[in-house]
Amino acid sequence: MENKEIKIKIDGAEYLANEGDTILQIARKNGVKIPSLCYHSDLEPKASCRLCLVAIEGRKGFFTSCSTLAEDGMNISTDSPEIRELRKKNLELLFAQHIERCNSCVRGVNCRFLKLAKEYGVDLKKYDDRKIKYPNFQFGPSIFFNSSKCIDCRNCVEMCEKQAVNFFDLQSHNSFIETTPTKDPKRDCVYCGQCIIHCPSGALSEVDSVPDVEHALADKDKYVVFQIAPSIRTTLGEEFGMEYGVNVTKQTFAALRRVGAAKVFDVSVAADVTTVEEANELIERVTSKKGLPMFTSCCPAWVKFVEFYYPEFIPNLTTVRSPQTILGGLTKTYFAEKEKVDPKKIVVVSIMPCTAKKYEITRKEFDVNGLKPIDYVLTTRELARLLKSHDIDLKEMPMEEGDIPWDSPTGAGIIYGATGGVTESALRTAVHKLCGQKLEKIDFKQVRGMEETREATIEINDIRLKIGIANGLGNAKKILEEIKKDPSKYDYVEIMACYGGCIGGGGQPLPTNKEIRQKRAQGLYNIDETKEVRLADESGTVEKLYKEFFTDKNIIHKICHTHYSQKKKENKF
Amino acid sequence: METDIISKLKEANLLGRGGAGFPAALKWELVKKAEGEKKYIICNASEGEPNVFKDRFILEHYPQEVLNGIDLAFEAIGAATAYIYLKHEYFQKYGGRLKKLIGNKPIVLFEKPQGYIAGEETVICNLIEGRRMEPRQRPPFISDKGLFQCPTLMNNVETFYFASKINKGEYKNTRFYSVNGEVKKPGVYELPLQATIEQVLNETNNYPQFDFLAQVGGGAVGEILSKDELGKPAGGAGSITIYNLNKIDCYKLMENWADFLLNGNCDKCVPCREGIYRIKEMAAKKKLNKEDIDLIFNDLEKASFCALGRGAPTAFRGLISKMEKIQNGK
Repeated sequence: MENKEIKIKIDGAEYLANEGDTILQIARKNGVKIPSLCYHSDLEPKASCRLCLVAIEGRKGFFTSCSTLAEDGMNISTDSPEIRELRKKNLELLFAQHIERCNSCVRGVNCRFLKLAKEYGVDLKKYDDRKIKYPNFQFGPSIFFNSSKCIDCRNCVEMCEKQAVNFFDLQSHNSFIETTPTKDPKRDCVYCGQCIIHCPSGALSEVDSVPDVEHALADKDKYVVFQIAPSIRTTLGEEFGMEYGVNVTKQTFAALRRVGAAKVFDVSVAADVTTVEEANELIERVTSKKGLPMFTSCCPAWVKFVEFYYPEFIPNLTTVRSPQTILGGLTKTYFAEKEKVDPKKIVVVSIMPCTAKKYEITRKEFDVNGLKPIDYVLTTRELARLLKSHDIDLKEMPMEEGDIPWDSPTGAGIIYGATGGVTESALRTAVHKLCGQKLEKIDFKQVRGMEETREATIEINDIRLKIGIANGLGNAKKILEEIKKDPSKYDYVEIMACYGGCIGGGGQPLPTNKEIRQKRAQGLYNIDETKEVRLADESGTVEKLYKEFFTDKNIIHKICHTHYSQKKKENKF
Repeated sequence: METDIISKLKEANLLGRGGAGFPAALKWELVKKAEGEKKYIICNASEGEPNVFKDRFILEHYPQEVLNGIDLAFEAIGAATAYIYLKHEYFQKYGGRLKKLIGNKPIVLFEKPQGYIAGEETVICNLIEGRRMEPRQRPPFISDKGLFQCPTLMNNVETFYFASKINKGEYKNTRFYSVNGEVKKPGVYELPLQATIEQVLNETNNYPQFDFLAQVGGGAVGEILSKDELGKPAGGAGSITIYNLNKIDCYKLMENWADFLLNGNCDKCVPCREGIYRIKEMAAKKKLNKEDIDLIFNDLEKASFCALGRGAPTAFRGLISKMEKIQNGK
């Protein structure tokens, strides 16, 4: 450790810490509760909500623990009648601007804000709501911004800045400087939903698709199919009070059947298809040395980012569709034919960790036989709401398998949900195909991890594959700028818009932070370890699919491939 | 050898004239000693508060002295670039002339955006850098990491003016007073530092013949004093504003202060953004909830992010206590 070790006292107890840590960080690490709203460990301390105030012996006044560095020998008190009085007043003032829409709020019963109100005996109606007439904004089909709930912490502004998207502006309005979507034609939302993850007040949420899904479920004429994304299996449990990273795949299938699913499928199966197709494309591009580096395209926020901010890189995106799109397309063709179900009656509902997936399903270029592969996307949070409204507690669900034919993915299809997972899956298959023999070592641990950018070089026979991986679009931007300077820097680049990949997606349970993302990702790797088949190309389902259905290039292209094009600004206000 | 300017400033005990009164010599010394490849000087001419206009007076009459002061700072701390951060109106009025006087010296005029007090030094650094109008967390202090993360010396217009005077041996322990409100001869006066408020009013033939209150040190956050409290020097930015007790509308006055602060604050922290809004709301309704407003004042003073919020209740507290006395007296 480079940092010096220091000793501090918090409320009489002694703690060891590193120089450079803030008081709040040390408190959190040691389970000492200090209330806060604007603090998020992904972002710079804002010190704007003024709730994390503490007193430091020998110093006059109060200090926000989120922004005050601990010093050796500090003696800190986190509570006193005076501190409580200040916190209470700040909470009252915060609630005075925020309008309470608790019933329909994305934060639901997990709302820290509301919990603090109870803890501090705050009268929510002490003042008239200042923002009662503030407008709502909708960003594409993905994100809903109720600005009357906004408490001006500006976390979304900073997060969007970190994503290199900069969709939020601070604008002067009636003597206030307020957060608002930008009018700049050169900046547009890419729907990643990271603003939602970092919003403490529930002002930002996904566009609610639960009513549409309920409607479809109630329609006797519809055949409702649910399909679950790789990453949601280690996150949905959190919504029901389960530990971080617990695998709830089987309980999820059971729960979906209870709400009326005709079939429950696993998108990881289609991730295996994506892997096989993407590995083929990679081998093709690497051997022909054309269209390099190749970029992954299963993250729809990343795709929109390229289409809007870096259209010159569109040819670098793999033409392979995302797993949810492939599976929806297969369900409405191959499956429908086999099961003799009218594809027009099939309603495919995807359970995704992601708000950008709601945008992805609106792409016309994905239509298969005139039908949308996916009809609705529910985020992990929305699924939890749907289940709860049906009085279903995931913890009490039995273990059930998914439905044939899309029930058994390989380990490769599971790890898609973590940053580096797509790369590792593609590598397993590409190396296998290029070497033509069984792999001794299946794990490519050099591409795993939570670092925001990673590089690796993989040697396969006489080919050296230079790989770049980034999570977070700000990091993606860095990689793109590198490639502009040195086009041969990488051969294969995996980008996930969200930190940690899909397990940190904009549709995932709240809270989400670095530690939580790590546990969720570990959960996926644990499942992979236990799988007998861990190479996508060895999947029995995939093998059968290619034998029975993917018999010519046209049909493969129709279901599995696409093209992208430059986007104009979609969100104008 | 001639004594260096920092020693001279120390000898003269020059305190910053922006309002906070920090010893100038110490500030210069800190920046001189701070390590950094580049150093910056910022001359603060934002003069945002109502009823304070002595920097305008100095810019109008003695711009060369101010530039001389900046030159001295160049020599003393070895800075590469200086900025003069000018309120919009001052930029319009004096920008051209300043540019001519500056010639090819590395002094840049920066026009302050409208609608924000923005006298706070870290806000100024952010603005010049093209960042958001928000104060920064301190430490680091700007003498260490200010503009573009470099050691930065920031002083008010009047401070640079007097640095020049001190260097020439022409300093006579004076300061500039903005006298205004219900007075016969409003204007800017140069008088001894130690002059009491009463003396300033008398010397300038402005002592009122009616019952009055004085606001001293700034037209929004300056303290409110009654007749019998004027036996001390004017602090802060050196302004004295007179209100006629027979005409005063206390609620309107408070509403104006709150409005000014609300327009001018950065809206970053809760007490300042929401607390002042609620004060304004109460003043507009002419109905102060005494208990609640005290809690808001307390919150502002103890929990605000920067000095603007912490100092915001001063005038309100003063006026409210005087209102009680006035009402009780009647």
